[in-house]
Parts: sequence; C-alpha cells; structure tokens
Amino acid sequence: MTTLDSSKEIQKNNSEVNETHEDFRMFGLITFLIADGMTFAGFFAAYLTYKAVNPLPDGAIYELELPIPTLNTILLLVSSATFHKAGKALLKDKNSETQKWLFFTAFLGIIFLICQLFEYFHLPFGLTDNLFASTFYALTGFHGLHVTLGTLMILIIAWQSRINGGRLTSQNMFPLEAVELYWHFVDGIWVILFIILYLL
Amino acid sequence: MTISIDPQKTNNESLQPKGWLRFFSFSLDHKVIGIQYLVCGFLFYLIGGSLASAIRIELASPMSDFMPRDVYNQVLTLHGTIMIFLWIVPVVNGAFGNYLIPFYVGARDMAFPRLNAVAFWLIPPSGLMLVASYFVEGAAQAGWTAYPPLSITTPQSGQIIWILSVLLLGGSSIFGGINFIATIIKLRRPGLKLMQLPMYCWAMLGTSLLVVLSTPVLAGTLILLSFDIIANTGFFNPVLGGNVVVYQHLFWFYSHPAVYIMVLPAFGLVSEILPVHARKPLFGYTTMVFSIMGIVVLGLVVWAHHMFTSGTPPWMRLFFTIATAFIAVPTGIKFFNWVATLWGGKISINSAMLFSCGFIINFVFGGITGVALAQVPFDIHVHDTYFVVAHFHYIVYGGTVFIIFSSIYHWFPKVTGKMLNEKLGILHFIITFIGFNLCFAPQHWLGLNGMPRRVAEYDPQFQFVNQISSLGALLMAISTIPFLINVFLSVRNGKDSGDNPWNALTPEWLTSSPPPVENWEGEAPLVEEPYGYGKKILNENKNI
Repeated sequence: MTTLDSSKEIQKNNSEVNETHEDFRMFGLITFLIADGMTFAGFFAAYLTYKAVNPLPDGAIYELELPIPTLNTILLLVSSATFHKAGKALLKDKNSETQKWLFFTAFLGIIFLICQLFEYFHLPFGLTDNLFASTFYALTGFHGLHVTLGTLMILIIAWQSRINGGRLTSQNMFPLEAVELYWHFVDGIWVILFIILYLL
Repeated sequence: MTISIDPQKTNNESLQPKGWLRFFSFSLDHKVIGIQYLVCGFLFYLIGGSLASAIRIELASPMSDFMPRDVYNQVLTLHGTIMIFLWIVPVVNGAFGNYLIPFYVGARDMAFPRLNAVAFWLIPPSGLMLVASYFVEGAAQAGWTAYPPLSITTPQSGQIIWILSVLLLGGSSIFGGINFIATIIKLRRPGLKLMQLPMYCWAMLGTSLLVVLSTPVLAGTLILLSFDIIANTGFFNPVLGGNVVVYQHLFWFYSHPAVYIMVLPAFGLVSEILPVHARKPLFGYTTMVFSIMGIVVLGLVVWAHHMFTSGTPPWMRLFFTIATAFIAVPTGIKFFNWVATLWGGKISINSAMLFSCGFIINFVFGGITGVALAQVPFDIHVHDTYFVVAHFHYIVYGGTVFIIFSSIYHWFPKVTGKMLNEKLGILHFIITFIGFNLCFAPQHWLGLNGMPRRVAEYDPQFQFVNQISSLGALLMAISTIPFLINVFLSVRNGKDSGDNPWNALTPEWLTSSPPPVENWEGEAPLVEEPYGYGKKILNENKNI
C-alpha cells in the first residue's frame, strides 16, 4: 500500500489535470522485470525440484568447474559498477565520459558471453546428455540471451549518448536508466544462478 | 519528470483512419482497441463454439462415428485453447478493461497506448496460426493442458504451433497486465482515491497482478516443453530421466491463477451492473476489495489441487485442500454482497440484469462443486471425469460468459449510442440459460457415474444422458442467433439511447455516448461515489 500512497502524493502536485502526467515508463519496466523474474523463478524451481527428486542416472556426467563462472560473476558485478559510473557522468552532462563507460560495460558483457561460450565448448556433457545437463544449458542459455540483449541495448544507448546529435542528456535520462535497471536485474539473476547452479 | 500531452496533436486526429476502417488499423485509442478485442474474441468464440458442437454431436452416440478418434482429440484441444486464450481472457480482460478502465480512472487513454495496440495485434495472428495448425499435420492433440508425455509423443508440428501460439497470447496478456497495473495505480486523475474506484478497477488490478506473476512461468514451461519436443531433451520425458510432475506443477502455477484471470474481471463487471439496474449502492465495497485481493493471494498457492492423483505427498494434499477451501470465504463474501445489493432494490428486469442473475445462480453452483472437488477423497473419485467438465463450464461459461453477455447488453448503448432490442435480449437469455443448464447439469451425474472426459467413445449406458446434454448444446448454439440478429439490427436501426440510458453514476456515463476520441470534453469528472444510488445525487455537477 505504501507505493500507492506515494503515487497519490505525486499526482496531487500536478496542477494541470489531464494534459501532463507523471512519467511512469520506469514503473512499467519494473513490472515487466518482475514478470521476467518469474520466468527465471520457474526455471529455478524446476531445477531445485529435479535436484531433490530425480537422481543422476548411473554413468551420467554432470560436473561443473568453478573458475570460469567465478570470473563471469566478477565481470558482471564490475560491469554494474561501470554502468553506474556512466549514469553519474551523464547526470553532469559529460557525454564523452558516459560513452566511454558504456563501451567499457558492453565490452565486459561481450567478454562474459565469450567466457560462457568457452565454458560450453569445454564442458564434458552436451544438451541432451541428461536431465541436469539440459537444465544447465536451458538456464544459462536463457540468461545468456538476456546478457546478449542487454549488451546490444548498451551499445545502442552508447551510440545515442554521442556528443553531436545524441539524444541522451541530463534532461533525457530515461533510456540510460531503463537499460541500467535491466542490466542490474540481469546481474542479480546471474548471482542467484551462480549460487544455485554452481555452489549448491 | 512529467510528460506533456498536447491535446491538439494526438495521433488519433491526424493520421488514423476514421469510421469503421479504424477498427482494422493500429489505432492507439483505448476504445477502438477494446472493440477490436471484443469482436475478435467473439469471432473466435464462434469457432470454438462450432468445435464444441462437433464434440457434442460426436458424444450423442457411444461410438466414434462422427469423426475419427484422433480428430476428436484435436477438436477438444482446439476448443479448450480457443475458448480460454482467444475468447474469455482477451474479452473479459482486454475488451472491457481497455474500454472501461481509462474512464474509471479519469484518464484520456491507457498508460502505454502503443504497448496496448501491440498486445491486441498479437492475438489475431496467433489465433489464426492455432486454427490453421489443423491443416498442417493435424492440430495438437494433448488437450489445453498439453501434459507430457502425451504432448511429446503426439505429432510434433501441431504441438509446436500450439506452443508458439500460446506463447504469443501469453505475451499479449502480460503486456496488457502491465498496462492495466500502470493505468490503475499511476494514471488516476488527481483527487480520485483508490477506495473510490469502481469495483471493476480493483478486479482488473488483482487480475493483472496474477497475469504478471504467473503467465511468465507458463511461458518458461512451454519453452522447456518445446525443447523436449524438438531438441530431444528430457525435462519432462520419463524415458530420458525427466519428471512429468514438475511440468504439472509449473503448468498449474499459471493455470490455476488463470481461472481467476478469467473470473475475477467478471466479478468486477457484475459489481458494476447490479447496482445500476437495482438502483442501490454496491453492498460492502470494502469487503469486496479485500476479498478480491484475498482471492489474488490465495489463488497463487492452491495450484496442486489439480494434481491430487499425480502422486502428491500427504502434506501437500492437506495444505492445498485447506488453502482451496479458504478461497470459498472471499468468494462467499462477494456472493452475499451481490445478493444484498439486489435485496430491496428497485430491480429492472432487463437482459443485462437477467444475465447477471443467471451468473449468480450458475456461479454459486460451480463454486460449490469447486469446494467439493478440493476434497481429496472426492477428487480422487471424480478426477478426470465429466464432473470436472461440468464444474469448470459452470465457472467459465455459466459465470464469465454470462457476464460477458450481460456487459454487452449494459454497455452497448455506451459504445454505439443505440439500445439493443430487449425482447430479443430476453429471448437470448432464456435460450442460453435453459440450454446451458441442460447441457452441463447432467454432466455432473455422468462424472459421478464414472464417464471419463476427453474420450471419443463411452459406455452405452450413458447414451441417454449424453443426448440430453447434446440437446442443451444445440440450444446454446441456437441462442447466438437472436443475439447476432439483435446486434446487427440495433447497430443499424436501434433506438437512440441518449448519453445515459440507465441513469448510471459511474464515470463512463458522464460523457457523451458514443464517447469523443479523448473521452471528455474538458476535464474528467471526479466521481467520488460511483454507487451513490438512492442518495442525493453527488455527481450531477458536470458533463451529464
């Protein structure tokens, strides 16, 4: 109920009734991310149930190495921080600095994807080998799809934050804020995924 | 940050087509989109209804003589999927939600008009794709639940098209849900408090929360299922070490809330219609709000009552039986509130009122069988029999579809400025009500005596009762004829309704009928008491 009350107060401050309204694109995005998070929740629930109920068949191989995913976790956490830096720079209208940080964030995202592919090619099991192998690829693959989309969006807003003719300014922060929220969301999901798939 | 809207330069006035062509355009007007949802949904209702007729013709005799068995399976799968995902969910949420919610919150459109149009335009292609899958290699045969291993072993192409279609429809539903939540919470006109909103807003808020929380799980599950079908993985395939019960859990985590996605908006709509035609305030507004939210919370934690015969452990059976029984409490509160709204009211017996009363009668019956089905010993006896079929048709047809018709009679003057013919409307109600009960009441008996559902052939001892049921289905098919005649005649030469034929107080009636493109000339009215019937009229100040 608290969110509802605060929105009421914001609306009270709006003097012109119907011709202006609050920007609630971020609200819509958050709602969408909750929905997206529920997809992952379904996958995690399935994986955990399999782990509790279905034994690994004799002779089936399902072994994970820690170094690459640990590196990936660090990459994503650092990229969240660099993205935050980009936002700070845009707030001060330092567009070239924003662009630099955004390209660096996208670079980290691409490195993450390369590491992920490297791991895929060196794992001792394939997609259809056994139940856990399938679930592993489905979960990390679905997350990788999110990282790919996020990286593309970061490259787009990096292009939009260019100095001559770019749309992003301290007055128009929404595209950057939206992608930043999405990126933090993808990072958060990765941390949960890392704990559930690799550490448990 | 705020967004300014210049009323002179909206899309609707410049490039959008005018007249009837706008219903075929990518219009951003919530009223056009609402009608698009309604008409599109009704066309699919006619297709789904024809499939239902085919099912009942087949079941008029114990042998599978009208169509081969595998075609019967395809027909029942398409019937279920079309009726749920292309008729009830889009119409009771999308159509009425889009048309009414912006009026109720005092806005000029939905929060995200473009997303709204995208959500609608996902529906016709996915629906056509689903229907057309019959001509590929046969449509899906695994029922609307698509339980593996059946859905993995039946022909692949039909099942894959079914999955893609349901994924698109689920996406449409999620976009719609996000839009409704943002509109109701964020787009209310200043001064309008949450507890002053008409009840349909609360119902749609609850429904949209369920859509946003549960539909993505179905999407994920169906993606895994499609991997099982095309990539030979083994998530749900016991032969490859998978687990079918996990599919059932994930599927019902969406599909039980889906029941409330289909019926909660109907609760909201009936709460709008009854006070108007009984000339009394809605009884127990606050309890109504809390029972809607109670149903939302409980609706998310009862899914395994569909799985009592799937080897569920005793603690799970106990928990889900108790949780399900609890849902009867908020539902009962709502039922008594409607009856109390009618009690002592100045009731006009018109088509909208009759369909609403039909809803109350059918729904309480379906609700009682629902509580019965939640009890494990009883459920194990009638699981997967016609008792279940009878139960959920009493909820979705006797409940929601009755309210869809009631709402069409109630809001037709709003949309067109013309009245529907009352005599044809009452005829429509009488045939529908008799036909519906004749069709589905006997199926309780069939189920209790052990006739399994989803099978084309049955024991000859059930033939007579099945023929009664088929006769009822015939009446239901006939009942659409007076309705269609009524709509076509009234659109062309119906009697003019004026702006507010029912003297209703809810905000959508405080503008002209049909409404102007941006809903109100000037500022939206502030309706503090949408159900103030019988009191001094508070909302008279403007725009009537």
